[in-house]
Amino acid sequence: MQEPQLNSLYQQLILEHYRNPRNKGEMDDSQVEVHMRNPSCGDEIKLQLRVEHGRIADVRFTGQGCSISQAAVSMMTQLLKGKPVDDVGSMADRFTEMMHGDEEAAKDRRMGDLRALAGVSRFPVRVKCALLGFDALQEALRKLGDSSTEN
Amino acid sequence: MATRADSGHPVQTPALDAHALRRDFPALQQEVHGHPLVYLDNAATTQKPVAVLDAVQRYYREDNANVHRGIHELSRRATEAYEGARAKVARWIGAADPSEVVWTRGTTDGINLLAAAWGLDHVKEGDEILLSVLEHHSNLVPWHLLARRTGARIRYIEIDDQGEWILDDLPELLNERTRIVSLSHVSNSLGSINPVEQVVPEIRARTDALIVLDGAQGAPLLPVDVHGLGVDFYAFSGHKMCGPTGIGALWGRRDRLEAMEPYQGGGEMISLVERDASTWAEVPHKFEAGTPNMAGAVGMGAAVDYLESVGRDAILAWEQALVRYALDRLSDLPGITIYGPRAVERRSGVVSFTLEAAHPHDISTIVDMHGVAIRAGHHCAQLVMQRYGTAATARASFYIYNTREDVDRLVSSLHEVLKIFG
Repeated sequence: MQEPQLNSLYQQLILEHYRNPRNKGEMDDSQVEVHMRNPSCGDEIKLQLRVEHGRIADVRFTGQGCSISQAAVSMMTQLLKGKPVDDVGSMADRFTEMMHGDEEAAKDRRMGDLRALAGVSRFPVRVKCALLGFDALQEALRKLGDSSTEN
Repeated sequence: MATRADSGHPVQTPALDAHALRRDFPALQQEVHGHPLVYLDNAATTQKPVAVLDAVQRYYREDNANVHRGIHELSRRATEAYEGARAKVARWIGAADPSEVVWTRGTTDGINLLAAAWGLDHVKEGDEILLSVLEHHSNLVPWHLLARRTGARIRYIEIDDQGEWILDDLPELLNERTRIVSLSHVSNSLGSINPVEQVVPEIRARTDALIVLDGAQGAPLLPVDVHGLGVDFYAFSGHKMCGPTGIGALWGRRDRLEAMEPYQGGGEMISLVERDASTWAEVPHKFEAGTPNMAGAVGMGAAVDYLESVGRDAILAWEQALVRYALDRLSDLPGITIYGPRAVERRSGVVSFTLEAAHPHDISTIVDMHGVAIRAGHHCAQLVMQRYGTAATARASFYIYNTREDVDRLVSSLHEVLKIFG
């Protein structure tokens, strides 16, 4: 028998991203690269970014892990292309709110396919899986900021 | 990799009534997500029978006092209960002398004790510590810490595709620089029962290294005879054998224990304290600084009583009967890979597996929603995961109160996983 909570967790869109991840692969001309790992479970991703004129020109990832972690990264990368770097912080905050059960955040159209992950908030032990991509993204932007101040 | 259990052995009905035993465990009498709980995470920790819960509570309600200190009646009773439990735990692993049993917080604590109290005094730069790839992090990281402090080198017994030690290399892995050999009796991630009876004499013949067995997964189910095994130390935990958390034991040969400096200093472990120095109490008390986990010890003693009433020879037979049934049923699932020894005789009650379609975390979440508790992840055995090129497996692990129906529930919930991910 099918559990309704499982249906809300494993939405078709999530499984679709898991099977056919967007922006998966490596790029040669990235400006920053972050490797992030979830030590408790072994999920991992490598995220690469290229920023031009304050906007995210390209983003790629490789990695392995559960459907939630990998689909979330795929959805995130889909949303990032062309976005001003300055908007990323508020996107990450919005997604974190969604993971903590904020229903308004879950309806925010700016979040694109990521809205399909709203059901994860009812599985507290899986929230860290969904956040892996944004954790990596924020680390990447920190690194980028550091290197631009050094220059 | 095992795909199907070896058959050909007549399956005897083990002398253990799991259906009756499970009534002794209050935690098993509940529903989880609307389904009766099927608890299959016993390699992580077992549930506790009423007899253990009662013993702990009775200790606090009636006997609680500090041990080995007071003259008064409660202190006498507490000491008697505490030392009585030590004798029971010694009996469980075949140790003739209870004073060779040191109370610890668990297996991890016991191994750390050895790495610090023996290792720092005896291991030097260029010395070698031999471990195996099968080890739990608790039998790796304490030695990594020791190696970092001393400059010792860590070497490994490798494993084959079935999760069994490759022993052809053993002669080359042992030499006059080998100071410590620390190995698991039973693997927590794959369930391999390791051939320690064969390996220990070989190590003895070639080195005078300290031989340590991590018995966290062995003591709960194997009839252990520490003297027969010929090892120096055997470390195990209470909570994996129906006892409380935070209590365990380290058995050690008396001469080894006596030759070792204390691990921690404090009350209880001294003989005489003067301004600049102190002398130590006798073994085992010199390794038990501070007020010990008395209720935990009493609870672990009660767990031994309980398991003895179950019949220690029946435990392994029952787990292997369940594993045989589980391997048979699981091997029909499309895209399954089952890890560990092919021969059920060389397995504990652990079945580690992956499905092609779904990641172990997704498997665990979905079966949990059907009331089935399994573990997913690296099982604190990342070297094993690396050996098989995977980051994680799903692991079902059985104990005395699990039944064939539990296996059926696992299998039917895995079909739900395949419905979602298939």
